[in-house]
Amino acid sequence: MPEFQRFSYDVLVIGAGGAGLRAAIEAGAAGAKVGVVCKSLLGKAHTVMAEGGIAAALANVDDRDSWRVHFADTMRGGQYLNNWRMAELHAKEAPECVRELEAWGALFDRTPDGRILQRNFGGHRYPRLAHVGDRTGLEMIRTLQDHGIHTGMEVHMECTVLSLLLDGGRIAGACGYDREKGRFQLWEAKAVVMATGGIGRAFKVTSNSWEYTGDGLALAYRAGAELQDMEFVQFHPTGMVWPISVAGILVTEGVRGEGGVLRNSEGRRFMFDDIPDLYKEQTADTEEEGWRYTQGDKNARRPPELLTRDHVARCINREVKAGRGSPHGGVFLDISWIKERMPKAAEHIKRKLPSMYHQFKQLADLDITKEPMEVGPTTHYMMGGIRVDGDSQMSTVPGLFAAGEAAAGLHGANRLGGNSLSDLVVFGKRAGRFAAEFARANGSVTIDETEIQSTAAAALGPFDRGPSGENPYQVQYDLQEKMQDLVGIVRVESEMQQALGVIGQLRARAERAGITGNREYNNGWHTAIDIGNMIVVSEAITRAALLRKESRGAQFREDFPGKDAEWGKHNIVIRRGADGEMQVERRALMPMPDELKAVVEEMK
Amino acid sequence: MASAATFRIWRGDPAGGAFQDYSTAVEEGMVVLDAVHRIQAQQATDLAVRWNCKAGKCGSCSAEINGIPKLMCMTRLSEINLEMPVILEPMHAFPVIRDLVTDVSWNFRAKKTIKQFKPRPPDAADGTWRIQQADVERVQEFRKCIECFLCQDVCHVLREHHKHEEFIGPRLLVYAAALEMHPLDTEDRVGDLRHIHNIGYCNITTCCRQVCPESITITENAIIPLKERVVDKYFDPLKRLFRIL
Repeated sequence: MPEFQRFSYDVLVIGAGGAGLRAAIEAGAAGAKVGVVCKSLLGKAHTVMAEGGIAAALANVDDRDSWRVHFADTMRGGQYLNNWRMAELHAKEAPECVRELEAWGALFDRTPDGRILQRNFGGHRYPRLAHVGDRTGLEMIRTLQDHGIHTGMEVHMECTVLSLLLDGGRIAGACGYDREKGRFQLWEAKAVVMATGGIGRAFKVTSNSWEYTGDGLALAYRAGAELQDMEFVQFHPTGMVWPISVAGILVTEGVRGEGGVLRNSEGRRFMFDDIPDLYKEQTADTEEEGWRYTQGDKNARRPPELLTRDHVARCINREVKAGRGSPHGGVFLDISWIKERMPKAAEHIKRKLPSMYHQFKQLADLDITKEPMEVGPTTHYMMGGIRVDGDSQMSTVPGLFAAGEAAAGLHGANRLGGNSLSDLVVFGKRAGRFAAEFARANGSVTIDETEIQSTAAAALGPFDRGPSGENPYQVQYDLQEKMQDLVGIVRVESEMQQALGVIGQLRARAERAGITGNREYNNGWHTAIDIGNMIVVSEAITRAALLRKESRGAQFREDFPGKDAEWGKHNIVIRRGADGEMQVERRALMPMPDELKAVVEEMK
Repeated sequence: MASAATFRIWRGDPAGGAFQDYSTAVEEGMVVLDAVHRIQAQQATDLAVRWNCKAGKCGSCSAEINGIPKLMCMTRLSEINLEMPVILEPMHAFPVIRDLVTDVSWNFRAKKTIKQFKPRPPDAADGTWRIQQADVERVQEFRKCIECFLCQDVCHVLREHHKHEEFIGPRLLVYAAALEMHPLDTEDRVGDLRHIHNIGYCNITTCCRQVCPESITITENAIIPLKERVVDKYFDPLKRLFRIL
């Protein structure tokens, strides 16, 4: 019978990115004994990758900004499917959370009078993003890490969580194993915060790192929690497509902002061929006008390359499918052409886009001042996740909380850049506070010993099957390939039905996964466990996308290309049925209070 | 570029190990970590390797490639002679867990011994501070650190002399410098740097600076100024004279 190392906490936080660390700090400050379990080393979570900044209506650069404008911007971006309460709290509390980071040592770039500087970003009416050059996420996670280690939290690094434990319907902790030795661990807890991030690894091309296999969503789902908005996966239009080693890494929107143009293999600027009616008035008629816009001419209209992310991603996808793509399956993004328009263009590009210049030089051996880049859409962010109460962040399972990318609600159908970092600190803080309160108000829990033993036995299955079982890496590749092809940027009923069949087959293969070696730091074993989670989130994405028969925000249905007013009043909620089957239902949005409706109207 | 290459990878655990050769297909544009992943997926599913962002931003995939401490995700195969086997080893300054993975937890414990950030009272009535951009920029270089620990790996005080219990190494000296030079910080760490963290063990061979993937000027910008503070406080003959007088 497998032995468990046992730990007992008031609050257990799963995940140590921005949301998890902020939750752990807050729960500790409220007097709770806090444990943190994370999949990687401390400080390596995907938060480090965030570049642009953290959105907060500090009004340091433009004093017309306020929580009301930020709230309205967030709701518009989310196509009004957002949890309005979360959007309201987020807009109101983000400034305080940014100031807290500064008090803990974060150093943001400054205004001339010494306050926190803010920059413009897509969808935000005023300059709103506090930032540190292009490495805001690193500054944030290091600040939280360095502050957090002195607050008494116990950190369990490099652990895999196998399941959440329940005690009569209430959360009781989690069990898993440490990767170093493969020893089983039991983390008993009165409250649990899920801060496990996204699901990008369910797709072949993604900007996400290896950890983002949807573990938190799958664990919560199996424990009975509801998921929401799973159809809304954000695809960023420009990721690197070549070399293979860097496929998916982001190429900033700034390249297009500086005059970069998208061309197909015939050299055509295809974005001019498909400008949505809604944007015709705001979009340039000629290449000449588009160029003037990028150079700051206020009388010129924006080039079609700067249309919304979802639209640009779909246009690129269409060119590639029509056989007009670049050699490695993308399209061309060219900034070098501006040398026709300005002297010393190479110096200009290096000054305006230093990190892009180095990224391509170092990883692709390509000089963007001389040659076009190859780019294509990349899976970037999950708007959906665990359904939570807007105030407390508690899920539908008592004592189970969620924050950050793992939680649904704030972003609705589409997220604005900069709102993810503020999401982490605002709702990480709230989840930590309410989890500590829950732990204080509720007594200790009892662990079901039979259940943890059967969980451990099942986790060791891949060793029993050995090398004759399915190769877990191959199952993972096949799933990523199919999700990319069948449930990607452009979705259609028949392909998604096909995907459901494939997911069923992959589930059966995943259950037969076999590995070699022993339990010590065995990446094959970790992958065999991860794929079970990836299959749950892939099925949830597919079922939700099938049910929503319209195109809105990040979801585009080729068979239902327009918006549907009725669907604009509903979220899709997913839960595990009593028979173990996935249940999908549409649920009406909560009615918005009149004062918030007035804010939305006023800002239209 | 060659179509196949041999990777001589150290396989083993704390009890011991040996190099094992793996031949795998290689293509233009690949980095070392890609080749390791390919070997792992096709030939050695239990090969232990630590990685995360695969974009040089998280500092997880540190290893020694042909004897040089590097990030595997940022080392392109085109920079390496593939006519010979490519030798991959775990970092030497830390205990091995398995294969290419080492136990770097000492770095996290040692960091806790450095006194944390302690800001001066806020400058403005609304509880905020006023800081000039120039003051921010001075420490931003140190705050770029991705904690890959390659500088610790190459530091002879740790690598050859194993003084982990007495000396905090270049990464944590950079961390201390970032705090000491932080425009809001009021804490004094100079005494600890001399007596607990033994900054004097560093004789500025600049090996750490040469392997830093973020190009932080570790020795000149961080360690030497800290050494100067220690000297100012404890060894300045004029100050000593004043103290006697």
